[in-house]
Amino acid sequence: MEENKRIKDCKVVIIGGSAGSLQALLQILPFVEKTISFAIVIVVHRKNTDEQTLEDLIALKAKLKVKEVEDKVKLEAGFIYIAPSNYHLLFEKNETLSLDTSEKINYSRPSIDVSFESAAEIYTNHLIGILLSGSNSDGTVGLKAIQAAGGISVVQNPLSADMPYMPNNAILHTTPDFVLKTEEILEFIKEINQE
Amino acid sequence: MIEDIELETLINDVYEYYGFDFGSYSRASLKRRVSRVFYLDGFKHFHDFLSKVRTDPEYCKRMIDEITVNVTEMFRDPSFYLTLRKEILPLLGTKPFIRIWHAGCSTGEEVYSMAIMLKEAGLLHKSILYATDINASVLETAKSGIFPLRMIKDYADNYRDSGGQQDFSDYYIANYGFAKFNDNLSEKMVFSQHNLVSDTSFNEFDLILCRNVLIYFDNNLQKRVINLFDDSLAVLGFLALGTKETIKYSISQTKYKQFAKEKIWRKIKE
Repeated sequence: MEENKRIKDCKVVIIGGSAGSLQALLQILPFVEKTISFAIVIVVHRKNTDEQTLEDLIALKAKLKVKEVEDKVKLEAGFIYIAPSNYHLLFEKNETLSLDTSEKINYSRPSIDVSFESAAEIYTNHLIGILLSGSNSDGTVGLKAIQAAGGISVVQNPLSADMPYMPNNAILHTTPDFVLKTEEILEFIKEINQE
Repeated sequence: MIEDIELETLINDVYEYYGFDFGSYSRASLKRRVSRVFYLDGFKHFHDFLSKVRTDPEYCKRMIDEITVNVTEMFRDPSFYLTLRKEILPLLGTKPFIRIWHAGCSTGEEVYSMAIMLKEAGLLHKSILYATDINASVLETAKSGIFPLRMIKDYADNYRDSGGQQDFSDYYIANYGFAKFNDNLSEKMVFSQHNLVSDTSFNEFDLILCRNVLIYFDNNLQKRVINLFDDSLAVLGFLALGTKETIKYSISQTKYKQFAKEKIWRKIKE
């Protein structure tokens, strides 16, 4: 781990997760201040049927406002964006989000790899990718892309993850910049763009 | 992933050589789709791919078929279909004749869904369903009404969730891993190739469905297409989009009224 690898001008923090990640998100998001100078984008696997509940739950608990992700919505600092179920979430050069219903990747739509790769292309070294709990290998390829583009990769410590498979897989196949327990992820986010 | 400059060269060439204009497609998705075909077809160098596209019209057609997204399902978003069934069809039913346009219908699953609902509402006999797509190959599938059997269980669930009360299996015959939907459903369907980027309005409709197509277009093209729909929609007709799409950046909000919670708008004046 390179403890000193810091991003000064982070524009987007993108968080991916699957089974067991909601719990981690709810330990992190409620404590992130409204004044953050970056956007938070969340890509989690879920059933098509519980479309609204995740947004509602996070909106209820977080200080930050959740912006509904409709096609071509503008990405702005200080807001949370949640990938809608059954669409891949992509990033455009003009800092908008776009959607895509193409084939599932890693049995998933949204796929974390797809969003991580797309974010890496647009936000290069202004991007931090965080991979949480899950029982699927999605996210590993995306984290690699984020690092390759100059961004920072963070993996939840498998010991603190409900479902360690996904973070373990990322640790096995990449060299994450940070492997952090849930509460350390929160501290890490609080430090972003702080001198 | 291919480079931005390569993508732009391809877009220019496809337009110059074949007249298909992808210049207003959302880049993030298009780039993924083109990269996918590039690797799928085993190319190593972009100039080889480009020269194949330029010189081989058949290959260019294949490439276009592959880069357009053709993922669809029957009764996709059941709550949307429930609203159609309960709220919209009764209103359309008062008309002597119902004209429906599925723009970007892909392999036609949503067209057959509509036909089933019209049939159950006793309206299919006086309806006509125009179904168009840029991609000629998917239209062939749509015409055949033959869909993979492995999807049918999900479709039957969707059908039920959208308010369907019949035995879904009455609508098709299963054979060799496929479900062939009954001909009486497709009798009122007219399939034709139509490009939303360059073609114009061709009729007046009471209901236009264009679901999860606009997401592939940039704002300018979205505006053009919404206005094309506006030109093609009768007063008091309905426009239905995908669950994450909107008309609000494209057309005057005084002309349209959003219907219920779904992405359905009614044209309230000319």
